[in-house]
This record gives sequence, C-alpha cells and structure tokens, in this order.
Amino acid sequence: MQLTVWTYEGPPHIGAMRVATAMEGVHYVLHAPQGDTYADLLFTMIERRDKRPPVTYTTFEARDLGTDTAALFQRTLKDAYERFRPQAMLVGASCTAELIQDDPAGLAKASNLPVPVIPLELPSYQRKENWGAAETFYQIVRTLAGPQAPTAVTQRRDANRRPVCNILGPTALGFRHRDDVTEIRKLLGEVGIDVAVVAPLGASPADIARLGEADFNVVLYPEIAGVAAKWLKRTFGQDFTTTVPIGHGATRDFVSEVRRIAGLPEEETIDSRPASNLPWFSRSVDSNYLTGKRVFVFGDATHALAAARVATEEFGFTLCGLGTYSREFARDIRAAAEKYGVEPLICDDYLDVEQAIAAAQPELVLGTQMERHIAKRLGVACAVISAPVHVQDYPARYSPQMGFEGANVLWDSWVHPLVMGLEEHLLGMFRDDFEFHDEAQPSHLGAGARIPAEPASASTTSAIPPADASQVRKPASLDGDLISFDWLTEAEAELKKIPFFVRGKARRNTEKFALERGLSEITVETLYDAKAHYSR
Amino acid sequence: MSGALVNPVPVLPSRGCSDLPVLRERGQREVFCGLTGIVWLHRKIQDAFFLVVGSRTCAHLIQSAAGVMIFAEPRFATAVMEERDLAGLADANEELDKAVSRLIERRPDIRMLFLVGSCPSEVIKLDLSRAAGRLSERYSPDVRILNYSGSGIETTFTQGEDNCLAALVPQLPESRAETSQLLVVGALADVVEDQFARLFDAMGIENVRFLPPRRARDLPPVGPSTRYLLAQPFLGETARVLDERGASRIAAPFPLGAEGTTLWLKAAAEAFEIDPMQFRAATAAAEARARRALEPYHAELSGRSIFFFPDSQLEIPLARMLSRELGMQLTEVGTPYLHRHHLAEELALLPENTQLSEGQDVDRQLDRARTARPDISVCGLGLANPLEAEGLTTKWSIELLFTPIQGYEQAGDLAALFARPLDRKTRLRV
Repeated sequence: MQLTVWTYEGPPHIGAMRVATAMEGVHYVLHAPQGDTYADLLFTMIERRDKRPPVTYTTFEARDLGTDTAALFQRTLKDAYERFRPQAMLVGASCTAELIQDDPAGLAKASNLPVPVIPLELPSYQRKENWGAAETFYQIVRTLAGPQAPTAVTQRRDANRRPVCNILGPTALGFRHRDDVTEIRKLLGEVGIDVAVVAPLGASPADIARLGEADFNVVLYPEIAGVAAKWLKRTFGQDFTTTVPIGHGATRDFVSEVRRIAGLPEEETIDSRPASNLPWFSRSVDSNYLTGKRVFVFGDATHALAAARVATEEFGFTLCGLGTYSREFARDIRAAAEKYGVEPLICDDYLDVEQAIAAAQPELVLGTQMERHIAKRLGVACAVISAPVHVQDYPARYSPQMGFEGANVLWDSWVHPLVMGLEEHLLGMFRDDFEFHDEAQPSHLGAGARIPAEPASASTTSAIPPADASQVRKPASLDGDLISFDWLTEAEAELKKIPFFVRGKARRNTEKFALERGLSEITVETLYDAKAHYSR
Repeated sequence: MSGALVNPVPVLPSRGCSDLPVLRERGQREVFCGLTGIVWLHRKIQDAFFLVVGSRTCAHLIQSAAGVMIFAEPRFATAVMEERDLAGLADANEELDKAVSRLIERRPDIRMLFLVGSCPSEVIKLDLSRAAGRLSERYSPDVRILNYSGSGIETTFTQGEDNCLAALVPQLPESRAETSQLLVVGALADVVEDQFARLFDAMGIENVRFLPPRRARDLPPVGPSTRYLLAQPFLGETARVLDERGASRIAAPFPLGAEGTTLWLKAAAEAFEIDPMQFRAATAAAEARARRALEPYHAELSGRSIFFFPDSQLEIPLARMLSRELGMQLTEVGTPYLHRHHLAEELALLPENTQLSEGQDVDRQLDRARTARPDISVCGLGLANPLEAEGLTTKWSIELLFTPIQGYEQAGDLAALFARPLDRKTRLRV
C-alpha cells in the first residue's frame, strides 16, 4: 500500500474516458460500482463541457454482487447501444470491477452488437491515467484503422498536392489541448501542410479509419499518442514528429522537422523578424533581472522537458530541479537532468516532491496544481505548466502553450508571479517598510495585505495571517533541522537583509561552506566568505 | 429499451399523504459514494484524520471533490492498494500498519483515525474492523482508531456520514444521568449548532450535546436517559446503534425553513415537557424573523416548478419546505433512499399529488425531466451544465451540504439558493 495525499494521475479508466469524451460517435460502457460517476464532473465542471460524457456505468451495488453482475453488464451494454446508437463502443472495467472479473471483453463479444466493440484491458492497480489514455487510443486506432492497412507500404505522395498530416494526442481534459490544436493547425497551414484528421479530439470512428491516408503524423502529446504513432509507422509507414513545439526554439525545430518529413525544401531565408514576441521581450533590458533565477520544474514529461528548455534557453533562468510523474518517460528526464546538471526526480509521491522543492530553494516553481499547493506553503512564486490542473486552467481566452503564440503565453504567465524588477531592487535596499516587505505579496499581485492604519512593529505588519505565517516558516526549520548550526545573532540579522527569495539559498550555502571548513559557529564574516565563495 | 432493468413499482395509494406512491427504479445511478462525506466531516471533527483504504480511483475522487480547497495539511489521505496487496505478495494488514504508522509519525496531533472502507477493500474483504481494533491497542490511549465503510457499493453520498457517526456511537461514554438529556445528531455548520444551542437553552432544555462533536475528545455521553433528535434525514444506521445503547428518538420533521425548524424544536420541547408558553417565548421572535426573510423569495419562487434528482436524502424535507413555505410546485422528488420511519413526519406534510422516486435510472429520469421542463432542476455536478445547455435551469445539489441551511436564521439563505439561478437567468443578456 502506498500512502497518498494527492495523486498526480487518476486511474487508467479516467484516461479511457478522456479519449471517449474527446471523440464523436463513440460510447464507453464502464463496469463500475455506484459512485464512480464522480468522473463525469471532471468533464462537466472542470473542463466545463456542455454535454454528459458518452459513458454509461453499470453502477453495481453490494446487493448486486450476490447476483449476476455479468448479466447486469450485458444489459447495460445493450441499453446503451439502443439509446445512443454509437458508431463504435468501448467496454472496460474500473478498479473494483477488475476484482470481480466479469470479463467485459468476452461479454461484449457475446452480445453481438452491429458496431465495432473495443475491449479495454486497463490494469488499475499497476497503471494510471495517461497510460490508460494511450492504451485506449492505441486500441481504437488498431481496431478501426487496422483493416485499411495496405498489404505493403507503398509510395504515398502524390507530388501535385500539398502534404497532409494527422495531429495525434489531444484529448478531453488535456492541459490547453483545445488551443494547442488551433495554434499548430494554423502553423502547419502556413508551412504548407494540410491536416487530415485530429485525433482523438473531435474525431469520429470514420475519421480514425482514414488515419492511414495522411503522409505523416504530428504527435503533440507523446504520453497519449506515442504508442499509436509507432503502430501507425509500422503499419502505414507514416513518420511521426518527435519535437514537441512548446517554446520559441522548439517551435522552430518543429517546423524544420515537419518540413523534412513532408519533403518540403528547407526554409529559404530565416525571417529576421521572429514570429513570437518572446525573443524580444526576453532580450529587452527589463528582463535582465530574470537572469539566473532559480527555477524548479515538475510535471508530465513532455511539459517538463519543454519547460526546462524554455526556462534556460529563452528566459535565462537557472534550472535547480527537474522531475516528472510520468514513469514511462523517466529515461528522457534523466538524460535532460544530466545535461542541466541537476538531480532528476522521477516520482509520483507528493510528499517527496515537496521535500525536493524545499531542499532546492527555488525562486520560481513551474509545476502542476499540486506544486501550487507546495509553493503556497513555502511562499515561493509558481506557475502551472502541466496537468493535473484545476478549473482556472481551462480558461475562456485563447491560451495555447504550443507554437509562437504559445511562447507569448508562456512569457506572460511565468514572469507574472515574480516580484517585478524595481520592487525587487527596493526590497533589497530598504528592509523595514511597513507596506512593502518580505512577507507581503508582490504589490502587482494585488490584495496581499491590508495596511494597518499606523505602521506597527515589524512583526505585526506581517501580511499573512498568523496561521499561514507559521506554515510559511515551517520549511526553513524543516531543512534547518538536518544539522543545527550556531548562527550568531549578528549573522542571523545580516542574513535577514538578503532578499527573501534568495535567502534560503544563502542560508544553505553558508551552512555548506561552514560544514566544509569545520566551522562550528557562523558569523557575519562566514556569511560573506560563503557569498564570495559561491558568488551567485 | 432499458425495460429489463427497471421495475417501476407504484405502491397503491391509500389513506393520507404518508402513503404517496413511490416510483422505484434501478439502472445507472449518477450519485457520489459515501467517501465524499469526508470532505465536510474532516472539517467538523478537527482532530480526526480519515484514511481511505482503497484504490487510486478513491484518492482521485476525494481530491476532485475537494479540489479547490488548498490544504496546508489535509486531514485525509488514501492508502492506495497495489498489485502486491491483491496478489497476496504482501500481507495487506502489515502494509496497512505501515501506512498508519507513517501517517501517525507525520501527524502527531491526530487523536482519532478513521479507516474508511471502499469498494475495492470491501470486495477483497479486507477486515478493517479487526485492523482498527489491532491498531487501537497499539496506539492507545493517544489515538483512537475506528472504521466505517464509505464504499459506493454500500453507501450513497451522505450515508458516509451516517456510517461514520454510527462507528462513533460505541465509543461514546455511558451516560449516568438520571434525567433526560438531549442529543442532536448530524453534522451541522458551527453557526447553526450555536444557534440551536441558544434556542434549547432559552426553552429550558439544559446540557444539549451534539454528535459529531467538534473535537474527538469531547464525545457526548449516551444511555437510556438520552433522547436524540436527528438534524439530518440520512442517519438511519446511527439511529439504530443509538437505540441499541438505550437512547430513544424524538420523531420530528427536519429543521429546514421556518415551519420545519419550529416543528423540530417543538418535538424536543414536547419530549422534555417544556411549558408551551416558554417554548413560544423562546422561538416566536426568531420564527417571525425567518418568515419575514422568506417573504421576498415567496414572491419570486411561488408557482415555479422544481424537479429533484436523487443525491443526499435531503430532497424530501427540502421539497416540503419549498412547497409549503415558498409555494413551489413539485414535479418529481427523487431520493437515493427513503427511510419511511424517519421521514414519516415529512411525508405527512407533502402535497398529496407529489411524485416520489427512490433509486435511479439516470437516462430515463432525464427523459422525464426533459418532458416536464421544470423551472428548476436540483441535480449533481455531472448533470448540471449539460442540463443548462439544454435550456433547463439547475441548482447543483452538493451546495446544500456545504452551506448552513438549517434553522431560523438560515431560512432566507436556503430560499436564496434556489432563487439565485432564476435571478441569474433573468439578468444575463448573453
């Protein structure tokens, strides 16, 4: 058993639901106990869909267990077909139904429905949501596109038409999938490539059947479409893209890659004016203060890898941690972490992630909804780059992560939580301001503090209510507990003069410095010796 | 179509409203399981911790239901069963002990730990009550460890609270009181609890206790002198185990609306032989205030039709309040489970032609709602937006569990919850 406070991914049948809900004309019959219908509200509330997901649950109860739950499943399947008349059906079990072993696959076959029925084997006690989505999409593609496979892969390009590709990977409940698809479709159009099918999002079984007609595949989300893309390559000889176009540089690389795969000539002249505002914004002097800011990145592997590259190459940040909960992509993350000189963190235990972030002392966390909780506790700035996310990250406005407009969105949303340049300077210069101080929110983030009528003493000016304040301080004692150093009062006071967002790092470095030199007490001198030594 | 699944059994109507015909249906049920009760119970009993023994689905459910809350330290978690636990490679009991000890190390402030059973743990028949007994011995007297089931196969939504309170009852100290003592049962908002305590005091009923208590160590005593008053309609099992301890129930409708609150308090007053004059003196001003607060909503809601999808068992008391005090028309009142005995007083107050339904076949029920086109549909979050998109106005039902709605001072707020979606619809021009 694993003690779990928050889980990064749902069970695999949620992944299957994401694929079914993304598609048109597909219905999913899920053998599941009463209560598992909670999953509907992920789609109707968090993603704000205006239709019920195309999922029928058997919702068996304890009294059904004494009877024939297999018959219940078959009735539900038949009724769902009669009512919804889908073009294809998915059948599967949730974690509890997996235990009672009714064999939805065999039962569905015996029901002899006049449409393709795709049985899903999703081991709930080993695998998770993204794996479930990938497996479901793969099974759908195999079943529905498989019969169209040519006996031998033939030369497919008709030289007189524009190259055609499929876009694979976007699903329901995906982080910004809606706008990523729009952005990449537009980008491909500008390059001179047409899009045949986008799948699973918006695709019908008939669309899946014609996946083989395209020249190649664009894989936007390898976690979901990777397996299916490999199968399509084996079966139809379709190449697929491996660059995920998140960030300005990655988008340029992506364009070169699709040009190469599509057999289009190299771009003649590199346009002097970049298609995204990010390069100029990042070069403008206002961004100078972003240089070397320490950033911790965690998320699904695709978004984490992309964020690491953007953060270091395009924002000028320093990466101080890189991790993912996608075990399937652990190798890529390890390779990248080595390149950046950080420890890779491959883990789905929220508490371990929290510990790693506290130890790394970042100034900015780029992560998921859970890292938002952690960052709030630690009092660190945070932006969300990956699922799992909550309702505010399914915005009304156009907000892709991919392509050139995506890079603009990344720029705005990552810089926003940081203290702005001038305020950062002033905080470093004047420490005792009653209104602008360490624990107050950056003033551009609004209602952080209520200003007392008269400036009170420093301790009572805290912008954060007492309960929160104690939580904010917790991590400091947490990491300080390892070895206790004797900080002389003066040194401690001097430490407080360092701006709060780098103070944790300064404390750490000083203690490390003292440890290495066998110093038992830390003076102001030690602090500055350490500073000179590490010269941040 | 789905005829095979459904057996509508209209009970023959006979004398009075208490024998309203009930449509009983079976099919897909769009309801929460009992684990959801943790979302409010962990806030009510502040030093208790809820450890679900289940699958990743269970963990995902609670975090989706509690998703928007930001916890510094959540007071619930899940021990997620893995392949090894199922294959017998690991002794599930040893694994559970490990999870509990890791948890108690992290959270030394925990005084009461609930091991909450789920569908997977029930299906593999993991004996959590034995585990709770074993662990209690190890951690006593610092931590008391109890268990109950919140599984979907056994409980629907609020029944999780019922099972939790029922698990608490054997832990309550034996009451040695000679005279009758009042116990109010069911988790109420703190503000509501305080108002009721003041009203009982003004009526002259002393030493009123509440179950669940706000802290695990303040367990109220119970015994043959205990008279208990249910504040919530979904407490069948809790009532049964209270009866076993010798306590006796005071029958009453539930304290929703001005009338409901008065009848509820009055039942207690009569059981404790309070002078009617003193009862009126204690309640008259508050009741009048509640009626005044309801007036503007009566104008807005009177004559409007309402349809209840089953969710929490609060549907029947709510329908009673909305029809009698606000003049709303009841189309169908669905409830996941109908406890005829506890709801007898409520049923007697419902209009005679009310269509009740127990259980659910959600697709057929949606068809009925689409045909009836009620002015408001009370339903869960899985149905609300899709119905709005079809042009039906909805009131999502969980809010009724997360908002103070009982008692006099909240009568207006309760009405406002139903008036707001209609108000919004008339405001919007987009």
